[in-house]
Amino acid sequence: MLGRLNWQALQHNHIVLVAQISMTLGALGLIGFITYKKRWQWLWREWLTSLDPKKIGVMYVVVALIMLLRGATDAGMMRFQQATDGHFLTSDHFQQIFSAHGTIMIFFVAMGLMFGLINLIMPLQIGARDVAFPFLNSVAFWLFASGMLLVNLSLVLGEFSAAGWLAYPPLSELAYSPGVGVDYWIWALQIAGIGSLLSGINFFVTILRMRRPGMTLMKMPLFTWSVLNSMVLVIFAFPILTATLGMLALDRTLGMHFFTADGGGNSMMYVNLIWAWGHPEVYILILPAFGVFSEVVATFSRKPIFGYTSMVWALAAITFLSFTVWLHHFFTMGGGADVNAFFGIMTMAIAVPTGVKIFNWLFTMYRGRIRFATPMLWFMGFVVTFTIGGMAGVMMAVPAIDFQVHNSLFLVAHFHTMIVGGVVFGFFAGLTYWFPKIFGFRLNERLGRYAFWCWFVGFLLAFLPLYILGLMGATRRLDHYDASLGWQGLFIVAGVGAMVIMAGIGFQILQLIVSIKQRHQNLDTTGDPWDGRTLEWATTSPAPVYNFALTPSVSERDAFWAMKRHKNTEEPAYEDIYLPKNTPMGLFIAGCAFVFGFAIVWHIWWLALVGLLGVITCIIVRISAEHTDYRLSAEKVAELEAGRAP
Amino acid sequence: MNKQTKRVFIAVVVLWFIGLMVWYLHDLNIAVLNPRGAIAFRERRLMIITVLLGLIVVLPVYAMLFGFAWRYREGNPKKTRYSPELTGNRLLETIWWGVPTAIILTLSVIAWNSSHALDPHKSLSVNAKPLTVQVVALDWKWLFIYPQQGVASVNFVQLPVGTPVTFNITADAPMNSFWVPQLGGQIYAMTGMATQLHLVADKAGSYDGSSANISGKGFAGMRFTVQAGSVDDFNNWVQSARNSPYSLNMDDYAQLARPSQNNEVKLFSSVDTDLFNKVLLQYMGPVREAYAR
Repeated sequence: MLGRLNWQALQHNHIVLVAQISMTLGALGLIGFITYKKRWQWLWREWLTSLDPKKIGVMYVVVALIMLLRGATDAGMMRFQQATDGHFLTSDHFQQIFSAHGTIMIFFVAMGLMFGLINLIMPLQIGARDVAFPFLNSVAFWLFASGMLLVNLSLVLGEFSAAGWLAYPPLSELAYSPGVGVDYWIWALQIAGIGSLLSGINFFVTILRMRRPGMTLMKMPLFTWSVLNSMVLVIFAFPILTATLGMLALDRTLGMHFFTADGGGNSMMYVNLIWAWGHPEVYILILPAFGVFSEVVATFSRKPIFGYTSMVWALAAITFLSFTVWLHHFFTMGGGADVNAFFGIMTMAIAVPTGVKIFNWLFTMYRGRIRFATPMLWFMGFVVTFTIGGMAGVMMAVPAIDFQVHNSLFLVAHFHTMIVGGVVFGFFAGLTYWFPKIFGFRLNERLGRYAFWCWFVGFLLAFLPLYILGLMGATRRLDHYDASLGWQGLFIVAGVGAMVIMAGIGFQILQLIVSIKQRHQNLDTTGDPWDGRTLEWATTSPAPVYNFALTPSVSERDAFWAMKRHKNTEEPAYEDIYLPKNTPMGLFIAGCAFVFGFAIVWHIWWLALVGLLGVITCIIVRISAEHTDYRLSAEKVAELEAGRAP
Repeated sequence: MNKQTKRVFIAVVVLWFIGLMVWYLHDLNIAVLNPRGAIAFRERRLMIITVLLGLIVVLPVYAMLFGFAWRYREGNPKKTRYSPELTGNRLLETIWWGVPTAIILTLSVIAWNSSHALDPHKSLSVNAKPLTVQVVALDWKWLFIYPQQGVASVNFVQLPVGTPVTFNITADAPMNSFWVPQLGGQIYAMTGMATQLHLVADKAGSYDGSSANISGKGFAGMRFTVQAGSVDDFNNWVQSARNSPYSLNMDDYAQLARPSQNNEVKLFSSVDTDLFNKVLLQYMGPVREAYAR
């Protein structure tokens, strides 16, 4: 009846027990709080069923930030294990933790922040009232949330994968990982990954079809350009992930032999396929961060971006090249000198457009009037760390060097430099920069600066020692090591660095609380708190549900900057606005998908069938629904606008 | 504390910390930067060349980042030029498309040549006759077979200095990676697959080796020692292995292949002559029975 699920699934050691209890208490506390405040209806009506991309964006960011706490806690435990004598966690538990850390940080933090920011800003930036497929957007978010829930459920019921964040077979096959851990990993990513693909299609079409008249491609803001490129990668890469995970799932659940060690399986093909998705994936994350920096540098230097055309071509070059380099993740598989050299050279070639972007950002600062608000600090920190990481990346692109640093902590340091120093710093810059547009008030600058400095110093302390440790021969994922190797000192420094980063996260939480408390002092009454250049600043803060009462016309690149110079004094002529009605169907579809995934993990076949039928039923119900839009009359818009005018 | 003293204070703390780290690091063994074999030595040289070429771009970036940030900050008492209409400059943009391209082209030549010169499959052209060592990654230990000498060992490799060594590597366990940083780069050990690595030790000494790819619970304990010594040392070691009470026929091997963690060094006086191929071939056929454990 319940497949593999029995009481043993609940039995864990005391560390997991603490996590289970705190998660349960946290959930109960939240439910109690909402009930006490009588906010259930409000939550359902205003948020859970909303198709407004701004609200969906906020939900993405909230989920991602909560997951950041989980991922950072995992990181802290790993740092503690390696800085001490290695008796804190068992090897199996340690391996589950780093697998969860990687999975959560990439799929549920970085991807969540990215889709969050895109939802919040991209439609505003192109002057659109909505995305192309508002309902699909809701489905995608809830699939993302379901995947997140499945990963975290593994903490309570059963176990998580101990095979690393990419679960290489044959280790991830049934023969070596018979538990439910790898299945949780597969189905969490499978569900969230389909959500990502849907989002990719949605934003791609939105950018191509819903720009304001006059906003030609070469007049688009660079953040939107970066999103377009990133979504192209999503559309090409995520189907590979889905297929690869599907085959691994067939191996594990139906006893097939795609990637098994025996029976004609070929685990090398898995490694090949997973990186054909995995390498574009890192560019999927970094490109929107580049886009954020392009907006931030231009705004805070009070200058248009330097070399816009170069920037667009650099983005396109990175997008194209990112699909030609995946083999550098397995030079050490012994592919032969010609193949390795080719992929090594393609990898190094990416440094050229990336370098061009950095020089253009620097020359945007040249002869500017630079304000060092926190988004600009994140940018400065990004350039410092990203160039270090980039140099390490070029080193590792040379196959003969890669043999010496592959799978060592040098590699770990490199990709954390790119993802923390690039992606995370970029998204923090973006969140600080666009926060007033979404909530109508600015974040506290002083606490933001403290958070930045903690993150930056903590980052250097946590990851520079890893470069050295890697060169000393320390491989990644070690739950213990011999004291005679002399690694402990550097691991302690890295542990201190992790604590400083934690302090940075603490300041960010404090910043949020203080900013909400003091919001009346930091209200953004103009809609344009930073003296911005692009269209999102043309509407009021927070942006109304329809984004723009009057859709702005565009004739120049920095459209809002131009509008500010040529003041329009005409009387506004409002028109009727059509917006999508709320619907809980996205939530239901994803809920059924969650049930389906959970049932397969535990081999509860009848429940899997229920989940699958549920998904299909919900889709049919939704696509047969008529009247999914509602009309906001011109008078109503005029009334709303009169109420929000500064 | 005023602004000036604050800056000085921070600078002193940072310099003190860097000094402390340099002092701490100077007598640690940074294996990759401290090569003991021709391959590792050439790999280190490549690293240095790449870093130097990279610095051609990185140093100007740092200089401009802090220089521009300081000079063009809002509120700079020196009235620096402000050009709100400056949107690009063809010459400058050509320079920074061009210079990095030139550097990468240089690096590409280096990458292409070094990939061929340091191809792990390529045998080393030293006059001495190469020594063959067969390597099997097991759960969770390394088995080394010396087919020419007819002995075997667990987690220990004895090599004669100056003699090129051919490692033939496979796995009877999940994927591992065979890595001895002071002698040269790593290569994966995979089931049903034989990879090759050619290395040579140029100096006598004891070098750490490990698995660089996670293979399950006991993976962190998959460390082994490579002992490089004279030819006499090598012959003595072979002799001591021959005197070992343990031997390794297929039954013994099945015993050894069972998962075990943090294994001690063990020597075998004799070994099934075809063991390596048998391990390799068992994954080639239909689903093997021992696999369904």
